[in-house]
Parts: sequence; structure tokens; C-alpha cells
Amino acid sequence: MTSSLRLRAAIVSIALFLAFIGIWHIATRGTGAVATMTPEYARLMGLTATHGKSAMPGPLDVGAKLWEHVKRPFYDNGPNDKGLGIQLGYSIARVGLGYFLAVIVAIPLGFLIGMSPLINKALDPFIQILKPISPLAWMPLALYTIKDSGLSAIFVIFICSVWPMLLNTAFGVAAVRKEWINVARTLEVGTVRRAFTVILPAAAPTILTGMRISIGIAWLVIVAAEMLVGGTGIGYFVWNEWNNLSITNVIIAILLIGVVGMLLDQILARFTRMVTFPE
Amino acid sequence: MTDKFISIEAIAKRYPGASGGEIAVFEDLWLSMARGEFGCVIGHSGCGKTTVLNILAGLDEPSEGTVIVDGQAIEGTSLDRAVIFQSHALLPWRSVLGNVAYAVTSKWRGWDRARVKAHAQTFIDLVGLTGSEHKRPSELSGGMKQRVGIARALSITPKIMLMDEPFSALDALTRGTLQDEVRRICLETGQTAFMITHDVDEAIYLADRIFLMTNGPGAVLAEIVENPLPKDRGRTDLHRHPYYYAVRNHIVDFLVSRSKTFAADMPGHDPRNVRVVKIGVSEPTIVAAPRAVETHPAQTIAR
Ligand SMILES: Nc1ncnc2c1ncn2[C@@H]1O[C@H](COP(=O)(O)OP(=O)(O)OP(=O)(O)O)[C@@H](O)[C@H]1O
Ligand SMILES: [Mg+2]
Repeated sequence: MTSSLRLRAAIVSIALFLAFIGIWHIATRGTGAVATMTPEYARLMGLTATHGKSAMPGPLDVGAKLWEHVKRPFYDNGPNDKGLGIQLGYSIARVGLGYFLAVIVAIPLGFLIGMSPLINKALDPFIQILKPISPLAWMPLALYTIKDSGLSAIFVIFICSVWPMLLNTAFGVAAVRKEWINVARTLEVGTVRRAFTVILPAAAPTILTGMRISIGIAWLVIVAAEMLVGGTGIGYFVWNEWNNLSITNVIIAILLIGVVGMLLDQILARFTRMVTFPE
Repeated sequence: MTDKFISIEAIAKRYPGASGGEIAVFEDLWLSMARGEFGCVIGHSGCGKTTVLNILAGLDEPSEGTVIVDGQAIEGTSLDRAVIFQSHALLPWRSVLGNVAYAVTSKWRGWDRARVKAHAQTFIDLVGLTGSEHKRPSELSGGMKQRVGIARALSITPKIMLMDEPFSALDALTRGTLQDEVRRICLETGQTAFMITHDVDEAIYLADRIFLMTNGPGAVLAEIVENPLPKDRGRTDLHRHPYYYAVRNHIVDFLVSRSKTFAADMPGHDPRNVRVVKIGVSEPTIVAAPRAVETHPAQTIAR
């Protein structure tokens, strides 16, 4: 029953995909010769002018271009012409670093907030004010103080991924069932051991949910941040190709951003499943 | 009762009331138990039974008074006092063995893996869970979970077992087998046990003495009923014992009517000297002080 449901869903997905590609193809294909001009002039104007072809690339153009990129992902022809693999690599590295720093800060701090009502109350106003600030609003300040565009991007990733993790950790830790804590107390388990053997495993699913939200936000923000700071990365690539008026490359980049985002989410989802316990 | 292994002395528990004042769950409560004794507390919901047990466990602190165990005032929780929780409170991310082993390593920090495992296994076998060691709590039935809770409590070889309605969530059949097991284990190991229950038959089967509490707020320990049934009583033929109905009726009567009106009926109630009830063949005999019981005529007749 479930497998047949999965099969039917897959069929519908493929049908939708083909329909989308078909409509896209029809909408962007040329309508044949529309204007007569000298061959030299026609070559200069391109198919858009001569055959009524849309300026929007069709699926075949994108597919061909994508195949070129896939064949040579890591070429490096100077600052404005690097392989997509290299650009994605820069973005993933920045996200990874900023995110890692956020984990290191948010999880211990979240533990502290969750375990101590005093610290919770004391830090609450700061968190409430800092949390809603758009991470990009920090960018000028980061550029001014850090004076390095790459590090500033990492800082922006850090600041945007810290909040969901911090809040989820604090919530998960504070919401650990009283009876589990009581078990540890009746067994005279010390605070540190209790934190690792009871609170951490009990709060782990909530903490990882926060981490999953964070990685999603970090990946959203890195594109915008790289458009601002420039230089390298998939965000910069999108902006650069827009300036080159290469819509094909922009579409390819959009596609890859989506694929990488999905992969990052799936990795975290797998970790979440690993620490989730049935009750 | 000269040997006071557990002595609850003048404890009170108060919570801030709705309108500024304080609401006392109970005041000036005294209760003592001998080593190796099995005591059951019966009382209506909300009268403060769990509160007493938590104070005894060290999980909660009394607003006033002290609890003395083995000659020492308790401070917080202790590995000497194991708790069997009503909701079993197993750690769901650990296996059966892992849950018991967690308790064992908490008590004996220096033990190596093999020793911890062997020790834990002994107690898993004791409660009849051999073969389920590697199951997670979510894969166990309610009765099996409760058994793991019992194994965990016993594995640290406590001096006192504290049980808060341990079997109330189980079906009658499972409850019966677990009652048998708990009774057997307590008799074999000489445990001192303190159990809360709502089941009168459970109390009569397990307890040496039954503590009756009046309704809260301001609950008091009204009576202590000594169990007249012989030590070698069986669960299934309890009702054949000549004193069974007398004890049962006495407790049910208390729960049905006297638990509400006790404070009004007994203005001179002395919390330090709670009446001990010994059941004779015909009528329950209420005796003023425990000392007097030994020579009471009804008691002689009963024997
Ligand atoms: N944190 C609290 N704040 C205020 N009142 C409380 C608190 N905890 C318990 N109480 C009150 O203390 C009283 C005794 O509670 P307790 O849990 O000991 O009852 P109980 O006899 O175990 O009842 P049950 O048989 O339903 O388990 C209740 O009336 C309850 O309302
Ligand atoms: Mg209770």
C-alpha cells in the first residue's frame, strides 16, 4: 500500500517535471525567421532578433550549459571566471565555519539558559532584541570592525544561525521531563554527569531541530551575503552572471543552490533521526 | 516500636495560596517505621501522599520538620533510598540493560563494564525480564516497564524502597504478579518499604501496617491499621482469612466517610500519638496508645 503510494507519487512528480520542462521549452523556443536582414547584421543581433527567440534560455540551453559545468566544475581562470564547484565550495566552507562557531557558542549557552532560571531571565531582553535583527544588517558593522569581507560573511552566518540553536537548546533543556531529572537525583548523579547522561540525550531531538532550522537559514543568508561582499562564492557567482547577462548561468546557480540546501537539510534530518527516541 | 528506622518528625508542607496566604497540605505529621517493615499509605487523591514520599526520598523539602533515617537527618536524595516511580520514569533512549546499568554505575563508579553488566543482569533476571535486556522501553508493555523500574531500584541494593502507586497503571493480572514479586523480594532482602496505593487489597496483601490519611488540605495521619493477616498470606486466598473483611471494611469505611469528617469527630487528635487499630474477629478495636495494645483483652481473644 505505502510502496504503491510512493510509486504513484513518483509518477506524478515525473509527470509534473516533464510538463514544466515542456511548457518552458515551448514558451522560450524561436518562432522562425521574423525579420529579414543581412547575414552579418543577423549574426550580430542573435537569434532573439532574427527568429523571435525569447531572451529567456530554454531548458535545452540550460541543460547544455549545465553539462559543461558538470564536466569542468573546478577550473579557475582568474577572479571572475571560476568553476561552479569552486564557488559552491567557498559558500559551503563559509557556512560550515560560521555554523560551527554558532554551534560551539549556542549549545553550551543554551544549556546554561535552560538550566538556570536566573540566567534565562537575565539574558532574555538581549536575546529578544538581537534575535529579530536581519543578519545582513550586521554586515556594515562586521566589515568595519573585521575589515575582511570573507570573515564578515562568516560572522553573518554565525549570527543568523546562533538564534534558532540557542532558543531550541534552552527550550529543550528546560523541558526535560522532571521524572528523568528525579531519577538522576535519586541516584545521586552529579551535575556534569546529569547534563551529559540525562539532559543532553533528552534534549537532543529539540537541539537538532534547532540546528536544522539554522542550517537552512544559514544557506539562505550566504547567497545574499556573498552578493554584498563579492569576490567568491555562489552568491557572488549569481550576481556576477547577472551583470554578464548570462541568465542561463543564473538559472543553473539557482538550481544548485536549491540542491545543496536540500542536501544540507537532509544531513541534519538524518542526525535528528539518529538521536530521536520513541517514547 | 522502639526501633525507629525511619522517623518522620513534625513535617509540614505549605504552598503559597491563591490569595496571598499559605495553604498547608499537612501540618505536624509524625510517622515512624521499623527496619524491614512494609508500610502502605492510603488516602484520597490530593491529600499529600506523594508529597510525603518525595520528602522521604529527598526530592522535596518539608516546610518544617525533619526526616530521620537510621539515626541521621536526611539531606537530599540518597542511594540508600530507592524510588519506584508511578510513571516508571525509564530513560527512553537507553535499553533495559542500559537503564539498570545506569543505576549500577551511579552507585559503584569504579566498576568496569563487565561487572556492571553482570550485576544489572542479576536484577533483570530477578524481575523476570531475561531475554529483553536489549529492548528499548518503548518496545515493552506497561508491566514490563514497571519491572525494569523495580529492577533499577533494587539493583542499587537500597535500604529503603519508596513506591508511589507503582502498579496503578497496570491491569489486574500484571499487578498481581508484580505484587507477588515485590513482596517476595522485600521479604527475602529484608527491605524496608513505603508504598502509596489506592488499592485496599494491595495494602492488605503487602503491608504490615497501613497508614490512613484524611482528606486535604490540612490532612492528618488519622490511624495506623496493623495487618492481622499472617506473614505467609497468599494473594489469592486473602479473602479466606477470618480477619480479611474486618480489615477491609474498616479501611473502606474510613475512606468512604471518616476521612472527610475526621477533623471534626476527633478534636483532640494527637499527631505524635496516632491511634493504632488492631482488628479483632468481630469489631475493630481502637486502642489509644500502642503501648496499651499488648495487654488489651480484644487482642487476646483475637489470638
Ligand atoms: N507545586 C505545588 N503548588 C501548589 N500546590 C501543590 C503543589 N504540588 C502539590 N500541591 C498540592 O499538594 C496537595 C498534595 O499533593 P500530592 O501530589 O502529594 O497528592 P497525593 O496524595 O499524592 O494525590 P494522588 O493520590 O492524586 O497522587 C494537592 O492538593 C496539591 O494541590
Ligand atoms: Mg500522588
